[in-house]
Amino acid sequence: MDVIILQLLNGLDKGSAYALIALGLTLIFGTLGVVNFAHGALFMLGAFCAVTLQKILSLSFETIDPTKTDFLGNPAKIKTPYIESWFGPELGSSIIDWSVPLAILFAIPIMIGVGYIMERGLIKHFYKRPHADQILVTFGLAIVIQEVIKQFYGANPIPTPAPDAFKGSFDFGSLLGFDPNVVIYPYWRLVYFFFAALIIAAVFGFLQFTTFGMVVRAGMADRETVGLLGINIDRRFTIMFGIAAAVAGLAGVMYAPINSPNYHMGMDFLVLSFVVVVVGGMGSLPGAVLAGFLLGILESFSSMNEIKQILPGIDQIIIYLVAIIILLVRPRGLMGRKGVMED
Amino acid sequence: MSNSNFTRRGLLKTSAMAGGALAMPTIYDGSVWADAHAGYLNAPTGSTVTLGFNVPQSGPYADEGADELRAYELAVEHLNGGGDGGMMNTFSSKALQGNGILGKKVEFVTGDTQTKSDAARASAKSMIEKDGAIMITGGSSSGVAVAVQGLCQEAGVIFMAGLTHSNDTTGKDKKANGFRHFFNGYMSAAALAPVLKARYGTDRTAYHLTADYTWGWTQQESIQAATEAMGWKTANNVLTPLATTDFSSYVAPVLNSGADVLVLNHYGGNMVNSLTSAVQFGLREKQVNGKNFEIVVPLYSRLMAKGAGENVKGIFGSTNWHWSLTDEGSKAFVKSFGEKYGFPPSQAAHTCYVQTMLYADAAERAGTFNPCGIAEALEGFKFDGLGNGETEYRAEDHQCFKDVLVVKGKDNPTSEFDLLEIVEITPRAQVEYAVDHPMFAGGELGKCNPGA
Repeated sequence: MDVIILQLLNGLDKGSAYALIALGLTLIFGTLGVVNFAHGALFMLGAFCAVTLQKILSLSFETIDPTKTDFLGNPAKIKTPYIESWFGPELGSSIIDWSVPLAILFAIPIMIGVGYIMERGLIKHFYKRPHADQILVTFGLAIVIQEVIKQFYGANPIPTPAPDAFKGSFDFGSLLGFDPNVVIYPYWRLVYFFFAALIIAAVFGFLQFTTFGMVVRAGMADRETVGLLGINIDRRFTIMFGIAAAVAGLAGVMYAPINSPNYHMGMDFLVLSFVVVVVGGMGSLPGAVLAGFLLGILESFSSMNEIKQILPGIDQIIIYLVAIIILLVRPRGLMGRKGVMED
Repeated sequence: MSNSNFTRRGLLKTSAMAGGALAMPTIYDGSVWADAHAGYLNAPTGSTVTLGFNVPQSGPYADEGADELRAYELAVEHLNGGGDGGMMNTFSSKALQGNGILGKKVEFVTGDTQTKSDAARASAKSMIEKDGAIMITGGSSSGVAVAVQGLCQEAGVIFMAGLTHSNDTTGKDKKANGFRHFFNGYMSAAALAPVLKARYGTDRTAYHLTADYTWGWTQQESIQAATEAMGWKTANNVLTPLATTDFSSYVAPVLNSGADVLVLNHYGGNMVNSLTSAVQFGLREKQVNGKNFEIVVPLYSRLMAKGAGENVKGIFGSTNWHWSLTDEGSKAFVKSFGEKYGFPPSQAAHTCYVQTMLYADAAERAGTFNPCGIAEALEGFKFDGLGNGETEYRAEDHQCFKDVLVVKGKDNPTSEFDLLEIVEITPRAQVEYAVDHPMFAGGELGKCNPGA
């Protein structure tokens, strides 16, 4: 039982990352009609916002310590972060320690800006082109972004720890009547889940309860009519692209402590997120979220040894297998609407 | 009366021919000797010889590949007489003179393996066929090494393996044209087991997470056998897909499995992510059966330790070489590399540098670039001064036998490079195994292929 609860929590955690990325993908597809293969790269850029802020906060000056030597036997250079010399060692090191949560503020304007530039600079030229062209150009863009990041940060993962306050695990089992330390779950992963839920709620709230959101939803339903009413829907859709980029970026920032970021992490999520979007139903925001959690949970349970012993290798194919079954039973996905991507 | 056809004239003729044949090697100069061995692929005809460095320049092992490439460039510089000569000064064989190989200036071409077998084979093939590479070396994956070794055997060039740790490379997939200086999974396990026994005792239960490919399988098999031999039990072995990034669903079941040791048979990004997950789930603070829960990483590298950050502190593993070694060979190499690039070399860089030196030395001693001549010169070759103490290239399987380092993630690193500390240098005798050991069984070395 304890293993099932743990895998359920893992599934929700993985699912929240899938759901956040798929939500952004669906937003872009629903508004602009573009299949954005660069969305995984935006997730990765978000994680590297956290890495960059950590590096900025850790910028150091060097002093020579004649009592120590470096690997070549020369006097050792000791690095002291500027921030520690300005604010004192205690406050300075706590600011560096909190670099990941602080990176949320850092990432939002950067990611909206990146999204805006991507849309205005490149993707808008492909609106009237076939989906295959859009996929090719956005996939190419993803590779370019990856290589730029690799050039600056290298190919190895970069450790980006969560604040010390979130290290360790929460004893979930004691709430459910288990013995102590039987069902424990890392604090930061719980934070990630609640953060994802908050962002998803904020996006839905924004679309549901603001005038801007109402216009966007109207535009998603019938772009021409909204345009005929004198509303500049293109501009709003561009802003939505920026918001979708920010959602992917924030998903990346908060993911950085879970797995050390590397330049390839976006691609690892991209394919899965597309499956999530298709299973949820192209263009359906609730569908993307539902499918994200569903596939995350299924993936977690299929990794259990008890299941792998009966069906070896099931953990590698479960998502695709379920996607095939759902699409056979419901060709438009779980919550897909008629007419989307259907000529 | 005699029936013999023996005549005085015949005896004189035969004696003259035999005498001439015996005198040939002393009469012929080097070029004629090389011509006598010209029946091989890509025989260098001009004043240069081309080596092919096949390393991951893109993909998850690109940093390791970049370090390998730095080492190769340094080796070429030293072979051609540049720099301070590095390990050429400490190498026990004195055949290398700093004038290239066999008087020919060393040039090189590079290929990108992308850490994918098919891409690695394609780039090796291109270097052999288009660039005329006489030898291929490199790689940061056993899957790639086995694939490229097979290609080199078919093509007829020597393959000097880079970082490859699967037992299979010199086990069931060994080839006459392939040589490995790096250690292997069996050696890691044989070196680690006594240290684990001393630190953690004999009453332990291990849970293995294993990368699902040739290296993971052989590493896990080796460490399980070594730990069970000293009394440990094995709770479970779970194979994890190589593409896994989030290991939480594999780590969570460890919590209440009854195991008190987690063995991560993972390398590179896999290891960084699985170790991070294990630490997040509080395994390092956990108590099971009244004992502290422990994590073991059989194959360590400094680049991996850097990626895992603080999580590696206190965790045991093994490594082929470390820059903090104080023998003359290691010091010379660290100095050359450090002064050129500004940081110490990784174990991947070390093995690649050494392999290039060993190839060049073998060519000098054999007096030819013919792969069969070089293979003969390397087989059974004993040497010292290249950073691992006394070492031997065993003739039967082309595996180097030498001491193995047991290391631990350093608790108080003094610099960004000072991440691992050497706990023990396990002597060669302790990690040696018979040629027909079951973990290396199957496959034939075959005969060397000169290609032509």
